[in-house]
Amino acid sequence: MQRHPIIPIVALVGAIIAVQVTATLSGREYYLTQLIMSAYYTIVVCGLCLVMGYAGQLSLGHGAFFALGGYTTAVLTTLDFSSGAINLAATGLGRGLLKVGILVAQTDLYGRDFVAFTPWAAFIAALLLTLAIAVVVGYPALRLRGHYLAMATLGFGLIVYRLLLGTEWTGSADGISSVPGWHILPGVVICGKSAHRVKNYYVAWGLVVFVLSFIVNVVRSRTGRALRSIHDGELAANAMGIHTAGYKLKVFVLSAGMAGVAGSFLTHYNGGIGPSEAGAMKSVRYVTLVAAGGMANVWGVLMVGSVLTFLSLRGCFGSMDHAVFGGILILIMSFAPQGPLKPLGDFLSRVRSACRRAPRDSAAGRPGDGDLPGRLG
Amino acid sequence: MIQLREGPGTVICLDALGSVMEAASEIGMALLDIQNVCHAFGGLVALDSVTFSVFPDQIKAVIGPNGAGKTTLFNVVSGILRSDTGDVLLEGSPITGLQPYEIGQRGISRTFQNLSLFAHMSVLENVMVGCHCRTRAGIISSALRLPRHRRDERQAREKSLEYLAAVGLADRRDWPVAELPFGQRRLVELARALATEAKLLLLDEPASGLNTKETDDLGQIICQIRDRGIAILLVEHDMSLVMDISDSIFVLNFGKPVAEGPPTEIRSDPEVISIYLGGDFDSVTD
Repeated sequence: MQRHPIIPIVALVGAIIAVQVTATLSGREYYLTQLIMSAYYTIVVCGLCLVMGYAGQLSLGHGAFFALGGYTTAVLTTLDFSSGAINLAATGLGRGLLKVGILVAQTDLYGRDFVAFTPWAAFIAALLLTLAIAVVVGYPALRLRGHYLAMATLGFGLIVYRLLLGTEWTGSADGISSVPGWHILPGVVICGKSAHRVKNYYVAWGLVVFVLSFIVNVVRSRTGRALRSIHDGELAANAMGIHTAGYKLKVFVLSAGMAGVAGSFLTHYNGGIGPSEAGAMKSVRYVTLVAAGGMANVWGVLMVGSVLTFLSLRGCFGSMDHAVFGGILILIMSFAPQGPLKPLGDFLSRVRSACRRAPRDSAAGRPGDGDLPGRLG
Repeated sequence: MIQLREGPGTVICLDALGSVMEAASEIGMALLDIQNVCHAFGGLVALDSVTFSVFPDQIKAVIGPNGAGKTTLFNVVSGILRSDTGDVLLEGSPITGLQPYEIGQRGISRTFQNLSLFAHMSVLENVMVGCHCRTRAGIISSALRLPRHRRDERQAREKSLEYLAAVGLADRRDWPVAELPFGQRRLVELARALATEAKLLLLDEPASGLNTKETDDLGQIICQIRDRGIAILLVEHDMSLVMDISDSIFVLNFGKPVAEGPPTEIRSDPEVISIYLGGDFDSVTD
């Protein structure tokens, strides 16, 4: 338990590289497209794992936070801020923003001139907006113990979905398309063009590795212990001097922020976003992926989340997507309720403890050990 | 002290000195002051004008029949319940109305009657949770493994091992806490409470569910804790343990204070015997 998790992280990086090399060499680079998309969804699922698995708080609004990030990016980078009701470019502020390059005059696919925000500015705005809304939703719900967060986030998700569906400037049911590429680094553009696919693959999975090491580090720290103690006994955690409401809010906002970031990136990659991203079914799917991955087991969640999402995006489940998805989840829950990686981990630790059997047995032989056999389970 | 050297009248002076010290401790030196605390659940008065103090280096026991209000008193002191009237002072400053975690940070820690350990953690991790309020590393420094995180982790680990050793469980540190026998889980909870570096420990029936030997060991550990300078407020039904280790006993009945004093006094207090025990005291302690 105290081993440093650097080895699995290195293994993950190795696997990411191996998949790309295999796909390229076998001429099936198009697989990378779905792998990139599943990477972003995996970030949402891993973030949710931190809230659900470790802090024990159920959020049914992560689809909405993902959509918030995506839509903020899409709106700010595609809406024309130089004409109509929001003629920002004509104001003093707008001219200042134009001068420093946060607002940029550009031409879209159809030759229309417009003024919109740069992707970097839109990304930062998306992140801040997601965090702020997460605070507003989470603050009241997390001061209470129990399932209030689940109710609040479910309601919030439904509201966001309806608002997106009914608002003209978010494209109503069509969503927003023609979101430009994002020059995130020199030579690296987040966009769906096949020429950029390999770079995008590494950006997406690099982000997964970053988020994952963030979570792994947090879980094995003072903060992580506080979160897990809240999960196991909120009253006792509180009595130990842990500001439980504060920690629950922090981790929820952090996790919502991860969803917003993923939404922002994927919107650039896909070149658009639709209201279905905010749908309740999306949020429920994230929750079930965390559950199937083993809840407090971020590696299992990563595995299950990325593989199932990839297969689903490839269309392997056909028109029966929800049914097949649900069936697989039921199988995992029945046969490996702590995630598919757990039996493997158990096997490895059995092998290891078989090698070290002798020292552990002598440690167990403390006087008084047999005094209370099996008491209270 | 000067008077003591004068010889004549020493007895009187000693008496005077004793009462002065007593008065001084009653006025200013109490660690925990409970003043006129009342708490009612609807029409049921669980605590009725309860007033007493706990001094540093003291083991204070609260006894009383079931439903006397002992657990309510604990919940008021630890901030889980808020008293209707009255004040709770820690080292002279009021802690009434503070959140439980704030009270924990100020130096009151507790154990629970029915054990409230973190079931999915190891023994060591459980105790390290107790170190939480004495370390500072936040999410960012932990996520990026900054020096502050490393320092805090090392410190928490070393101290937790120390406290585990103090309750005799150092060799169980990597065990999942749920796999320990009940008696040892109680000790883990005690170590966790100690790890908060509390000035006052509230122990809610620490001997319930323990056998005689474990109870004796527990009594010794509690005395050792007191000798380290940590005050203890104890609710307990095991009278022999209470009589053995307490420095002072406070008796509650139906929320009302009945008596307060050292064990010898309480043991022979006719009111306590009639109200609380309903019979001969020695027959119970034996």
